[in-house]
Amino acid sequence: MDKKKKEPFIHITKRKEISLQHEWAIRLGAILLALILCALLTTLMTHLNPISVYATMWEGSFGSERKIWALLKELSILLMVSVALAPSFKMKFWNLGGEGQVLAGVLATSACMITLGSKMGSGSVILISLVAALVAGAFWAFIPAFFRAKWNTNETLFTLMMNYVAMQIVAYFIIRWESPKGSGKVGIINPDSKIGWLPSIAGKQYFLVVLVAILVTIVMYIYLKYSKHGYELSVVGESENTARYVGINVPKVIIRTLIVTGLICGLTGWLLVASTDHTITTTLAGGRGFLGVMVAWLAHFNPIGMLLSGFLIVFMSKGTSEISMAFSLNRSFGDIITGVILFFVIGSEFFINYQVHFRKSSSGKEVADA
Amino acid sequence: MLSFLVTFLPRAVVQSIPLLLGCIGETLNEKSGSLNLGIPGVMYVGGISGVIGAFLYEQSAGENFNSVLGVIIPLVSCLIGSLLMGLLFCFLTVTLRANQNVTGLAMTTFGVGVGNFFGGSIIKLTGSEVPSIALAATSKAFKAKLPFAESMGSVGEVLFSYSFMTYVAIIIALITAYMLKKTRVGLELRAVGENPATADAAGININRYKYTWICIGCMIAGIGGIYYVLDYASGVWSNDAFGDRGWLAIALVIFSIWRPNWAALEALLFGGLYILYLYIPTGMDFAVKELYKMLPYLATILMLIAISLRNKHENQPPEGLGLPYFREDR
Repeated sequence: MDKKKKEPFIHITKRKEISLQHEWAIRLGAILLALILCALLTTLMTHLNPISVYATMWEGSFGSERKIWALLKELSILLMVSVALAPSFKMKFWNLGGEGQVLAGVLATSACMITLGSKMGSGSVILISLVAALVAGAFWAFIPAFFRAKWNTNETLFTLMMNYVAMQIVAYFIIRWESPKGSGKVGIINPDSKIGWLPSIAGKQYFLVVLVAILVTIVMYIYLKYSKHGYELSVVGESENTARYVGINVPKVIIRTLIVTGLICGLTGWLLVASTDHTITTTLAGGRGFLGVMVAWLAHFNPIGMLLSGFLIVFMSKGTSEISMAFSLNRSFGDIITGVILFFVIGSEFFINYQVHFRKSSSGKEVADA
Repeated sequence: MLSFLVTFLPRAVVQSIPLLLGCIGETLNEKSGSLNLGIPGVMYVGGISGVIGAFLYEQSAGENFNSVLGVIIPLVSCLIGSLLMGLLFCFLTVTLRANQNVTGLAMTTFGVGVGNFFGGSIIKLTGSEVPSIALAATSKAFKAKLPFAESMGSVGEVLFSYSFMTYVAIIIALITAYMLKKTRVGLELRAVGENPATADAAGININRYKYTWICIGCMIAGIGGIYYVLDYASGVWSNDAFGDRGWLAIALVIFSIWRPNWAALEALLFGGLYILYLYIPTGMDFAVKELYKMLPYLATILMLIAISLRNKHENQPPEGLGLPYFREDR
């Protein structure tokens, strides 16, 4: 009579494997649910019917050639930050410092453009600022990596704090370089001579950014998937002990991977100043260091997948900004929508990794079997 | 020098209380094994929920404003708002075992969005010229001071001139420290954070502990948000004014090495560092002031390095910090 043991109502097991279709069905289902909820929320705010909500959002993203380019630019920059962060996260190095690493690149580029603008030709300024931005980004990522590798200092919090240090250094230089004096900001750098500005390709200002982003994404895909470095960092991510046992120099891999991350962040900062914005502000990175974490994580650190998750986020933010403009809602509406979508996708991971079993009505037999 | 301290200290104290409350909340989260990076968002939501409560009450009460209700209503709505955020975090990370860092970051995006969205909407509703909401009556009720403070000169000014919430915050810090260190609940909570598998084997209900203390932590952090608006900012909500204080609160958790009683003192140091730039005579050189603003962050980084260098066992983060717990995993 020991069959009396109560079986719990819900019982969860880890899935051994899941087919690709099933996985994507769950993920798309979650996104669909999120989109429906977002449409309902928007309807509540604007009294627009849910279908025209998305029509307006579509309009906001793809309405005109200018809007499409703006979307592509935004996606490229976000994608680059996400791609930059991917190797760190694959190594389970929680790099929340993308913001600061991009700003380091931004600062270095602006410094070159401002101080060398009157001394050299545009070509050499572009080259010097590129090198400076790469070095600055790599250096900013190297600092926390060094301490993590040497003394196991908590990197999540270290990188987080480095963002604000970078931000204040940028704030310092903005006041040093402010123009016009007393305005508290740096206007467009070299507006007349355009020294240090990257050229437009085929008459499109953002073409170059898109091109670089595609290139970086492909290279990173190969780096993670087929190179020895990529293999080593994924072993370190799975288990540092295993890595040590098979003879991988763990501190070296940590530092090297973070330098790779920092280089791409620096490159992103360089593009932001030299190609798209031509100015420097403390918010030029615009929260992409954090958004990039989520984009990369949602795509399981697969650079191609990041294109999709990045697109979802950029599309929603462009779309909601169109809606808030059309209905004079607050700009922050977009953040709420982004948050809702993220919650759904984050939650959906559970149903991909685990299987939920409900108690069968005739449970007696099941228990006996178990 | 004395007159400097008499003006500087009270401002540092008022500055430090939101940080302290956020820090206590995050400490409780981390002690249960959850690195909740959503605390900045929770504090925003706590702040705006309180503001909404206060706004509705001020509008409906009009002349018959009762200062007891004026304190209770914002506090309760603030607690409800931050509790909902806490439940969201628990549901995603404990029940659905989602990654804590990603969930936390999403919550911060969401929470700051909620704060600014509703803040902006209320500002539009009042149709005021300046982009802010002023809740004068509620703030006055919140800032009720100890009656004998005025008669004690500069000692009274430094020690007793604050609103009752300031003392409540310090009491919460001391109670939390006592709870964590000396009581059975605290011991079991720490066990959950250090090694959930062991705690589970000892018969502790992991999920109940996590849910309870993450939610309580979020509610305490939420009070930090409302304290900022109604006390520090004298009842004026303007979008983004809360700034990066939420991250600073997380920094303070490390700086206090997960000890809320120490946090009470160190919050004062952080609050002081945060506003020190206002008092340093740099003349017209505003740029240098910006560099002084990074002091709290630099201090945190140095502390992080120091605790990892010394590698003392009791100074380390909870061992299970950031890891989801799944019983069948072992």
